Amino acid sequence: MHQPAAHPRSSIYYQYKVFQPWLPSAHPKQERQKVVLVGAGPVGLTAALELARHGVPSVLLESELQVSEGSRAIVFTRRSMEILQQVGVAQRVTENGLPWRFGNSYYRGQQVYRLEAPHDADDRFFPMINLQQQYLEEYLIDAVLANPLIELRWGNRVTHVAQDQGLARVEVDTPEGPYPLETRWLIASDGARSGLRSLLNLKLEGASFEGRFVIADIRIDLPLSTERRAFFDPDWNPGNTVLLHREPHGIWRVDYQLPAGETPEQALKPEAMKARIDALMAQIGFAGLPWEMDWCSVYSARNLTLPDYRCGNVLFMGDAAHLLPIFGVRGANTGFQDAQSLAWHLAMVVRGLAPEALLANYSRERVGAAREIIDEAGKSTRFMTPPSRGFRLLRDAVLSLSLTQAFVRPLYHWRTSRPHEYTRSALNSPGDDTLLFKAGPGHGAPPQNIRLGADDYLLDHLGGGFDLLYFTQETAVPAALLQVVNAARARGLALRVIAVGARQPVTGADQTLLDADGHFRQRYGVTADGAAYLLRPDQHICARWLTLDASRLQAALNTALAQPAA
Amino acid sequence: MQARPVLTIPGLETVYDALASAIDQAGPDKAELFLVKLALLNANALGQPEVFSAHIQSALQDL
Repeated sequence: MHQPAAHPRSSIYYQYKVFQPWLPSAHPKQERQKVVLVGAGPVGLTAALELARHGVPSVLLESELQVSEGSRAIVFTRRSMEILQQVGVAQRVTENGLPWRFGNSYYRGQQVYRLEAPHDADDRFFPMINLQQQYLEEYLIDAVLANPLIELRWGNRVTHVAQDQGLARVEVDTPEGPYPLETRWLIASDGARSGLRSLLNLKLEGASFEGRFVIADIRIDLPLSTERRAFFDPDWNPGNTVLLHREPHGIWRVDYQLPAGETPEQALKPEAMKARIDALMAQIGFAGLPWEMDWCSVYSARNLTLPDYRCGNVLFMGDAAHLLPIFGVRGANTGFQDAQSLAWHLAMVVRGLAPEALLANYSRERVGAAREIIDEAGKSTRFMTPPSRGFRLLRDAVLSLSLTQAFVRPLYHWRTSRPHEYTRSALNSPGDDTLLFKAGPGHGAPPQNIRLGADDYLLDHLGGGFDLLYFTQETAVPAALLQVVNAARARGLALRVIAVGARQPVTGADQTLLDADGHFRQRYGVTADGAAYLLRPDQHICARWLTLDASRLQAALNTALAQPAA
Repeated sequence: MQARPVLTIPGLETVYDALASAIDQAGPDKAELFLVKLALLNANALGQPEVFSAHIQSALQDL
């Protein structure tokens, strides 16, 4: 019998709320579900909200009765915020998080590198924002509880899974014992130690071990701004790297690599933690400043992915699908992109708008993204935690040179999570004009946000389906285009037409965005009326035209939904 | 176009002595680190990663 902890977790700044377990005896016989998600972490919650936005109901199973222990993921990227905006929680994160854009590297007491993450005037969100994961989960849970299409079942742990005849049958254990549940699609969002991955005996591929890190949250009154600080080779932890991040509520995150030969148990002993945190504070000029521990843990950095995120009717995302290194905030930030991607691909299949083949595209695109991240992360890892004697020598030589030689300092560049560009996606339209554009986001790229006015940005107006940006100063969208749009809508496809550039509302468009100074058109490389961009439900571009016509719009929609050529 | 500067025999002898002395000065614990720093500085001055890779291959021979 599954007995999740029923007492609130302890924290010096966060009040944990314990939810009531969902018990089978209190509910009538279980209907077969369309979609069941396993794991209500940030990624599972986001996917359920996106699915609901696409009209697909789901059941979300969570083995615990409360949100996650400790701050865990604390840095969220601009793209994550854009995704969280789509599911309605970005405002709360903005109100409570700490935005930032500077990263600093220190060696022997000297600042040897300072990175400024670009912040475009057209972007609504900062490059990064810090917030403890508990708060983000709380905001997402509030949104889920307010959504009639999502049923969140606390205290429900999946203990068995079998697949046959296009169904997944799971056994779910609860505080009063197990019950069976049948679903057409099962989504594994159950984290790094994914039970579903083990139950299905799936193996992650890649480098297995990149080092162990202590992560600790302390409350301390440090008069420092919200920036990232990395300390290389400190006296108190020779050869290793230490990171310091500010979190809301006076909490600071300390990350450091375990010294060689030390076990996690030894590293987490209170006296060992105290000595090292005291040493860090002394190093940065705050010796003796009182601090209090909230939470600490040991994290194993790994660099692994499943080779395929679909296994029959089970789909993987987030840490259940891949384990990515701690450097570069790649865990949750990659997971949100997985969630957004899986939700729209699956929704199209569940709603009969696309064949199951579309799900192979989800896996291809997101496995591709994970492999790219693993490759990039490897470059950070080899500098932060050199894997061999040769790499350590080179890293040490660069640290030493960096005190006087500017040319080596870019090696401190901290490659951070960024949205993957699906440049070679099978959903990109082969017959469009992408190669003729001189500016603007190309095939598979995430959208370029545009500031439209005070507190008004392009991405505020997108999502929930396909969006067609149609650039025109005419009074109406051509009838032939509307015919294609209306035919797609008649099949049930959410497709909105957003006219850009006209001074008056454009007939046939759902919305008209004025572009008085031509800035929008300029950033999108549009030089004449009749140009258009087609954005997928994840806002990535799948087609763009200098002059859109009906047959090419139809072809692009067919390609984006993996429909056989007409 | 300027001709590539050539390391004359007196020049090579100067480099020889300077490098030997510097290795001694760095001491056994730091000689390796010193040599890697020197290699990176030379690579930067060279500005040609492919030539540097050829040098690596030459240096790996007959160890």
